[in-house]
Amino acid sequence: MLLLAVDTATPAVTVALHDGESVVAESNQVDARRHGELLLPSVDKVLAEAGVTLEAVTGVVVGVGPGPYTGLRVGLVTASTFAAVLGVPVHGLCTLDGLAHAAGAAGVEGPFVVATDARRKEVYWARYEDPRTRVGEPAVDRPADIAEQVAGLPAVGQGALLYPEVFPDARGPEHQSAGALASLAAERLAAGLEFLPPTPLYLRRPDAQVPKNYKVVTPQ
Amino acid sequence: MADEPLVLGIETSCDETGVGVVRGTTLLADAIASSVDEHARFGGVVPEVASRAHLEAMVPTIERALKEAGVSARDLDGIAVTAGPGLAGALLVGVSAAKAYAYALGKPLYGVNHLASHICVDQLEHGPLPEPTMALLVSGGHSSLLLAPDITSDVRPLGATIDDAAGEAFDKIARVLQLGFPGGPVIDRLAREGDPKAINFPRGLTGPRDAAYDFSFSGLKTAVARWIEAKRKAGEDVPVRDVAASFQEAVVDVLTRKAIRACKDEGVDHLMIGGGVAANSRLRSLAQERCDAAGIVLRVPRPKLCTDNGAMVAALGAEMVKRNRPASDWDLSADSSLPVTDPHVPGTSHEHEHEHGHGHGHGHAHDHVHELSKDNLYS
Ligand SMILES: [Zn+2]
Repeated sequence: MLLLAVDTATPAVTVALHDGESVVAESNQVDARRHGELLLPSVDKVLAEAGVTLEAVTGVVVGVGPGPYTGLRVGLVTASTFAAVLGVPVHGLCTLDGLAHAAGAAGVEGPFVVATDARRKEVYWARYEDPRTRVGEPAVDRPADIAEQVAGLPAVGQGALLYPEVFPDARGPEHQSAGALASLAAERLAAGLEFLPPTPLYLRRPDAQVPKNYKVVTPQ
Repeated sequence: MADEPLVLGIETSCDETGVGVVRGTTLLADAIASSVDEHARFGGVVPEVASRAHLEAMVPTIERALKEAGVSARDLDGIAVTAGPGLAGALLVGVSAAKAYAYALGKPLYGVNHLASHICVDQLEHGPLPEPTMALLVSGGHSSLLLAPDITSDVRPLGATIDDAAGEAFDKIARVLQLGFPGGPVIDRLAREGDPKAINFPRGLTGPRDAAYDFSFSGLKTAVARWIEAKRKAGEDVPVRDVAASFQEAVVDVLTRKAIRACKDEGVDHLMIGGGVAANSRLRSLAQERCDAAGIVLRVPRPKLCTDNGAMVAALGAEMVKRNRPASDWDLSADSSLPVTDPHVPGTSHEHEHEHGHGHGHGHAHDHVHELSKDNLYS
């Protein structure tokens, strides 16, 4: 088994190879504006480090968000395209589940909260019973609006670290790691568990804002 | 490199997910998935709606194009993609897909210019472009006069709109007339039953001191809207067909007049017209009339090749391969304002160029990829 995992749902551009036992190679960069430029070179680097070619990959794992749209799509379309060319399955996982898994590896037990930055002064978040058990669906909210729901719980992820008044017990891991995502996927594959389709969790409707140059300028 | 390279092209700069396959100047497939219906209620393209639709349509459209072309992806000589200009988020879906596709197949990647692609597509219809080519590009996003001595390396802007694009003016007038979006086809249809001389709408930037090759459609749009408002205020019926015909006539009169003048000034004896507005029947007929009178050969591709599509990107990509232009690097970015003077985005790696000559067998395809990384990835 050789899993290639990518996640671009957060400011991190993260890629990892996992052989079913452990992470073979990993690349992590944090640059919210350059997902498109950084992802492919990172894939190339990780494969080179592991001394394999893309054709050796038996499955592609992708974080499906939630995440700000533009970057999120880079990972999804890359994963789907790879899978289509290689003729291997693509396994979608909630990005927050990857962070929860990393939190578990870092010693966080539970219950706890995972929160990532949703921009516009909001967070994507979910509660976890333990690192493998999410409570309900991920959501997007203003931190102040969920203060009661997360009160008293440790919280991981950049979204928690950004809003210490709501998440006083915020801690690492701050950023998504494809290594953690791949480990989670390997575990789920071994257990015969289901995955999500490689379709984005936007959690927001598109802004139905017509570009400026389409606005009628004449008096109605 | 092969004389007739087999290239797949991906276009996602606006609301059409286009994937085309060409062999040299022969069109093999032109698959399109459009999100235009989803935008209609907004009266214009909503970028986020377009980007979401591109992501959904991308892989299926690639597979449909290959099937239609009846070729194997392994036989491709290259993958081309619109790197810009266009909507940033929309471009990024296509660029990311193209990179993944090229990388997985071990094929060179060519990030190409959307405007140059609109010109190059005519090779699929009328054979190799004369050099230089004079091109009038008119669509909802652009209105430009371009002189292209070499479509792969030398495209010179002579003029462009200083405000609205021609297609935008059609959309806006259609909105004022409550005809829906997009406006081009419906105005074209109604105008056929109207009198183009009924109302004398202004011809922007046609004075003796105005820029010879620039366009302006904003004043025209306002004049038409005011004229309609006045009719409505006076409680009279708006003669929609005459308004459509007279407005359309004002647009195509200016477009063709300036294009012919550019041909004469530059001594170019043929004119290529592309972009969505090139599907307009009156633009085609008036351009033909005026080109005939001036002894200029007119080249306009069929309407489906004028609107945004993947075949045009593949056409330019094939020309890049044929002329041995350097491929793009794996960190190619989507550039929403890629200058028209950049027909493509060459990589900085020298490995690229001579690597391409070998014809990628399945076996060593990825060696090629790794050779690239030495130059590109760790600097
Ligand atoms: Zn276009």
